[in-house]
Amino acid sequence: MTAAPASFPHRHLLGIEGLTRPDIEALLDRAEDAVALSRQVEKKRTTLRGRTQINLFFEPSTRTQSSFELAGKRLGADVMNMSVASSSVKKGETLIDTAATLNAMRPDIIVVRHHAAGAVHLLARKVDCSVVNAGDGAHEHPTQALLDALTIRRNKGRIEGLRVAICGDVLHSRVARSNIILLQALGARVRVIGPSTLLPTGIERFGVEVFTDMRKGLEGCDIVMMLRLQRERMNGSFVPSVKEYFRYFGLDAEKLALAAPDALVMHPGPMNRGVEISSEIADGAQSLIREQVEMGVAVRMAVLEALATHLPNA
Amino acid sequence: MISRPLLLMNASLLDPATSREGPGHVLVRDGRIADIAWGALPAAPEGVEIIDCGGQVLSPGLMDLRAFVGEPGAEHRETLASASAAAAAGGVTTLVCMPDTNPVIDGPAIVDFVLRRARDTACVTVLPAAAITKGLAGQEMTEFGLLQEAGAVAFTDGLKAVRNAQVMRRALTYARDFGALLMQHVEEPDLVGEGVMNEGEMASRLGLVGIPREAETVMLERDIRLVRLTGGRYHAAMISCADSVEIVRRAKQDGLPVTCGASVNNLVLNEGDIGHYRTFCRLSPPLRHETDRLALVDALNEGVIDVIVSDHNPQDVETKRLPFAEAADGALGIETLLGAALRLVHTGDVALPRLLEALTVTPAAILGREAGRLAVGAPADLVLIDPDLPYVLDKRRLKSRSKNSPFDEARLQGAAVLTLVGGRIVFRAVQDAETAA
Repeated sequence: MTAAPASFPHRHLLGIEGLTRPDIEALLDRAEDAVALSRQVEKKRTTLRGRTQINLFFEPSTRTQSSFELAGKRLGADVMNMSVASSSVKKGETLIDTAATLNAMRPDIIVVRHHAAGAVHLLARKVDCSVVNAGDGAHEHPTQALLDALTIRRNKGRIEGLRVAICGDVLHSRVARSNIILLQALGARVRVIGPSTLLPTGIERFGVEVFTDMRKGLEGCDIVMMLRLQRERMNGSFVPSVKEYFRYFGLDAEKLALAAPDALVMHPGPMNRGVEISSEIADGAQSLIREQVEMGVAVRMAVLEALATHLPNA
Repeated sequence: MISRPLLLMNASLLDPATSREGPGHVLVRDGRIADIAWGALPAAPEGVEIIDCGGQVLSPGLMDLRAFVGEPGAEHRETLASASAAAAAGGVTTLVCMPDTNPVIDGPAIVDFVLRRARDTACVTVLPAAAITKGLAGQEMTEFGLLQEAGAVAFTDGLKAVRNAQVMRRALTYARDFGALLMQHVEEPDLVGEGVMNEGEMASRLGLVGIPREAETVMLERDIRLVRLTGGRYHAAMISCADSVEIVRRAKQDGLPVTCGASVNNLVLNEGDIGHYRTFCRLSPPLRHETDRLALVDALNEGVIDVIVSDHNPQDVETKRLPFAEAADGALGIETLLGAALRLVHTGDVALPRLLEALTVTPAAILGREAGRLAVGAPADLVLIDPDLPYVLDKRRLKSRSKNSPFDEARLQGAAVLTLVGGRIVFRAVQDAETAA
């Protein structure tokens, strides 16, 4: 292993907001180690041996949950998955009761996904252990932004000065919010592109450039980050139809050609092929989508390790 | 029952109806103000009980046009007894309770029930507002005439706006014949949608769905056009933004029978107070931007905003200890109404007589009541105020059955020290300054 990484001065990871550039860079550096480890035959480390990690998912998510599970296991933690379908929340137990119950089981780290913005903050105030936000409503999804940053840094060698376009349903996207904050903290120039019905009020005050014409917005971009459009928002509520959405805001070869020649394409998944992205692009040479998944495990290992340095008896 | 006359001597009298201020003394007899002596005290009458006011401000008691009480139906949140005890401690001598009860106050029998319960259990005057539509369902009008005869002082669908324009038109038209007042919660429900806080940068950063100001202005504009059409008396229960101020100002300039209120919360707090998802600041209308708050304060000074209300809405932990988007709207307010509103005086934004006018004589005039005046013959509903008393609000000391105060742990200055309703002392602050700290 390499030299001891810089310390991470936070007990929880609730969002990118509140992290400094050194905090973020320390996590990314730590994640590089985890990438190397994960590519070995022996993928396990003992940093979290004896520790208990609970993945508490109030919203179903196959990929994020398995990514956190694998990350915890590779660090030697005992990992328990708890999803809403099998929990007592359905019986009327409140979030705070659930938190108190789990807290009594003395976990060291709880990873939480919840459909309501701020729910993870609320839970973090009620437990004694470290809490990782795995997505809260339309608020933040910090590990997604970190894994995106790691993917970009490994492929472009830097983030400073890059022009990054975040495209699609920014309004409902926690991925977009976390990425805007993180990428700007690391010196990227961020654009958001989408129909006005899917852009949050006041988005221009986040320091981003706003485009409602995707062709103009993509010009000269180094990174094109697509967002998922939820099925229930496609049929007349926010956009009139899938057909119209793909025509104006779906990423295909023709639109991608307007970006920088070496532009790279990202998507947090799961993708709606033919809605926000064509299969040709998703599976093409410029796509980083599969690498994002690999980086996801590494970044989550880095986060868990960094938080573990603050656990009692660490 | 005949009690001894009471002399409140050595006070700093303030009559908001006339803006008259000065040292003086008030004699209370048989539940009414029997005499007022401005200046030096003439010979005190024989056989009176005397309270030395120590130079503090003696004003008519406050009248709160908007308080939710859980009785009947949600007594675990608030009863008429607990709400009135909270009111008394806050210097509020009359409260108008909202019809959002279970059953809804939409028939004369329920008005009668509330009045009887209030007579038996409440220590301040309780005036019921009845629903505009049966069951608050927004469809069929209630019996305005019979309800008024039973004692309903105004009509409102409480937390809900009357959404259907035709229903509102007919209600305003019919109400005019009975001189009835309609108090509308000005929010267009479709534009509120899933919204939980003011729309704008803060909501976008917190990932919460916003409520545009237009949810309020669209409904307010519509209603005012219906008032112009029908001539019915209309009171916008609470406005929250700068654009609404302009709409009300124009309506008044045009001579329409329109008045409006603002919640004390919107006058002293803004969306920033939500911080990291404080559900006690989840309100309807939502806390808006600081520029809106400042516009409301100006409107209060100009008289565009007629009254300040507490919008007292007790909620228990089960409805508030939730993620912000899932929590209920509403905050306690009746006990902190005066202390919170006095912030505007201490910041120099509003003069004390104007503040008290919006809390006493104006709400009384809107309801056609004789309270709210410091005048001989008026009901002896009085509050003695120490406007400078500093304290940190401790929610455990609140008299309400619920504890959802947005001012918990806030530094406030000024409080009621003595409250009289109909000449009877219903609240007296503990004199020991140590316990207040």
